[in-house]
Amino acid sequence: MALLQISEPGQSAAPHQHKLAVGIDLGTTNSLVATVRSGLAGVLVDDDGHALLPSVVRYMADGSIDVGYEAQAAQSLDPANTIVSAKRFMGRGLKDVDVSLQPYHFVDSGQVHNKELLEIETRAGIKSPVEISAEILKTLKHRAEKSLGGELVGAVITVPAYFDDAQRQATKDAARLAGINVLRLLNEPTAAAVAYGLDNGVEGTYVIYDLGGGTFDVSILKLSKGVFEVLATNGDSALGGDDFDRRIFCWILEQSQCKPVNAQDTRLLLTKAREAKEWLTDHASAQITSMLSTGELVNVTLSTKQFNELTQTLVTKTLGPIKKALRDAALCIDDIKGVVMVGGATRMPQIRLSVADYFKQAPLTNLDPDKVVALGAAIQANTLAGNRSENDLLLLDVIPLSLGLETMGGLVEKVIPRNSTLPIARAQEFTTFKDGQTAMSIHVLQGERELVTDCRSLAKFELRGIPPMVAGAARIRVTFTVDADGLLSVSARETSTNIEANIVVKPSYGLSEEQLLSMLKSGFESAETDKNARMLNEAIVDATGLIASIEAALQQDGGLLNAQEKQKITSQIDALQANINAGDGDAIKNATEALNVATEDFAAKRMDASVSRALTGKSLENLDL
Amino acid sequence: MSASGFGHDNFFELLGLTAQFNIDLSTLETNYRAVQSASHPDRFVTASNAEKIQSMQTATHANEAYLTLKNPANRAKYCLALQGIDAVAETNTKMPHDFLMQQMEWREALEDAKQAKNINALESLLAEMQLDAKTLQLSLVDYLDINKDTIAATDATRKLIFIDKVCADILKAIEHLET
Repeated sequence: MALLQISEPGQSAAPHQHKLAVGIDLGTTNSLVATVRSGLAGVLVDDDGHALLPSVVRYMADGSIDVGYEAQAAQSLDPANTIVSAKRFMGRGLKDVDVSLQPYHFVDSGQVHNKELLEIETRAGIKSPVEISAEILKTLKHRAEKSLGGELVGAVITVPAYFDDAQRQATKDAARLAGINVLRLLNEPTAAAVAYGLDNGVEGTYVIYDLGGGTFDVSILKLSKGVFEVLATNGDSALGGDDFDRRIFCWILEQSQCKPVNAQDTRLLLTKAREAKEWLTDHASAQITSMLSTGELVNVTLSTKQFNELTQTLVTKTLGPIKKALRDAALCIDDIKGVVMVGGATRMPQIRLSVADYFKQAPLTNLDPDKVVALGAAIQANTLAGNRSENDLLLLDVIPLSLGLETMGGLVEKVIPRNSTLPIARAQEFTTFKDGQTAMSIHVLQGERELVTDCRSLAKFELRGIPPMVAGAARIRVTFTVDADGLLSVSARETSTNIEANIVVKPSYGLSEEQLLSMLKSGFESAETDKNARMLNEAIVDATGLIASIEAALQQDGGLLNAQEKQKITSQIDALQANINAGDGDAIKNATEALNVATEDFAAKRMDASVSRALTGKSLENLDL
Repeated sequence: MSASGFGHDNFFELLGLTAQFNIDLSTLETNYRAVQSASHPDRFVTASNAEKIQSMQTATHANEAYLTLKNPANRAKYCLALQGIDAVAETNTKMPHDFLMQQMEWREALEDAKQAKNINALESLLAEMQLDAKTLQLSLVDYLDINKDTIAATDATRKLIFIDKVCADILKAIEHLET
């Protein structure tokens, strides 16, 4: 018989209730979902017991969508409608991608949306990589909710550390389309470090070498007393296990002297190439046999030695980012206590040998390289959702690539340097060039190179509503903020008149808010009344959550306020409660906002007290305000 | 930008340190981690918007404070700024003649090594400059904390900032040669 849980008198049980939160590793080749149950992180499996979900989405003739193993099995039969490795296209334009080896009908939607955006034409219509990824996320969300028996409060979704702003935003958009509340975007190597570090209770400086299906990351972290501080990160967001498959694929064509093959045979031979690569991990040679659609028979044998020669340049390519990361962290090889291997591609012996050779120590391979990222994400999701009672885990991550602005002559001026700890904000002042100028355009770029054309364009901002003045008199202060998800936001103010400038953002890549909303709308083919009911429900959930958190705060730190200040807050709580009872969605939203505003000073006082407490060794007596 | 209502705007105060140039770096690190632990946005994922904004501001401020105080040149510049002196103001162009000569020598050595693609020369130049930086840091303890000689302190700070810049260029050149 289950025991009844009884809460402390006067305390509600709700804050201690276990919240359902998961970690999702949205991989190029495979995706996973994991959670923490009874203090232990574990991967959630599907009905057939599979932990991995192949990141393959197939748009079927009957309008349904297959995700996972079934779709993977059909990739050679129906290559144009079966999308693999969609992650490689996230936040990318057509010119960023080598389309020659891809069996898809790419669409350059640049003309349609007036920006760089790659999409794929399928029998179900034109699909963006964001929508394709959303299908994978929906499948994992469904798996998690079925297996945990309830609705998720949110998820931590992992991204390659070297993903730029556009790729991160695309991932967040995909989650939104899938109906997932993103607690945090977490860098894959950092997630791996959490799983490895907590599991083994290690301290010191570690390197995470993460070679996935389509991306390579290297992160250097300092682990100390539950704090995971990223010192530097580097990588290549277009290098992974897939590239090893392609080298084998090209070699097969060369050996068997095949003419350029059609999409179906390309997919077939790429699959054979991947199988050969995996086989060579434990064997000296691999036989590759295949009957092409033309009737030609392919029959070749690939030895380990040949494979190593074919892929030598790819292996060497991973050493460059390692050197750069070490230099940015001002460390040398002797400072590194261990190298943790992550990602399925690190199973290849030539990778392990090359890493061992470079670091002069055997890499750590005692974790399942496929699962470690999802497990780390699950641990962080559990912490963020508030399930972990002790505040002993803290991740301090960095921005992987510098942010800069276009200046005269097509040059980039750095505003936020790479490897700055997040969150970070930097302000830059601009002035006008002409008398009476009321608008200016600002181009934000990401990358390390000096020329605009060599960096990645993130967005163009137009500042409007600058008060007309003589040239050079206006002082426009533009603030760039990068949050804990690694996402950029921009605000601007004319400082001499204190007028807030109006910003019009044109993201260079990715979906606009309107596009996302229309995709979301087409997802809910429900009646107007359903939508209203849904909105009201959401407003009530937000409002009650806010009241609960403020009441808990008042109970804990009410002493920071005088009677009048306390009264101001409780009267707003009462007003909100009255609106909840009346059931008017708009009134609830307004009252929620009013309560938020009413608690701003209280939040500031609490933060200050909390910082002082942290500094004085958590002793309230020493509070020095 | 005000991080809070109680004057934690001062970087030293925010990180629980006495406002002086000579600080204990391990205390700086411990305190920084304690402040981040209390203020980081990860602690406020389910909190009210008012608390989220507060967290974002304080954590951002703590990062800025840590970055400034960790680096000796930035710390010296900040110590002077607290006394109302802008060490890098455009009007503040005084630089002793011998240091100007030294600057030119370093720049030339950097260019020569770059031309010759000589990584070893770049590395030994880096080591030499870092040694000079150490000496300057020692004298800054004297100028800023003991004798309160702001003129000498401004001079040494500007030298230190210059050395930092050249060191960054050397590292960039090494990186460029290695790739």
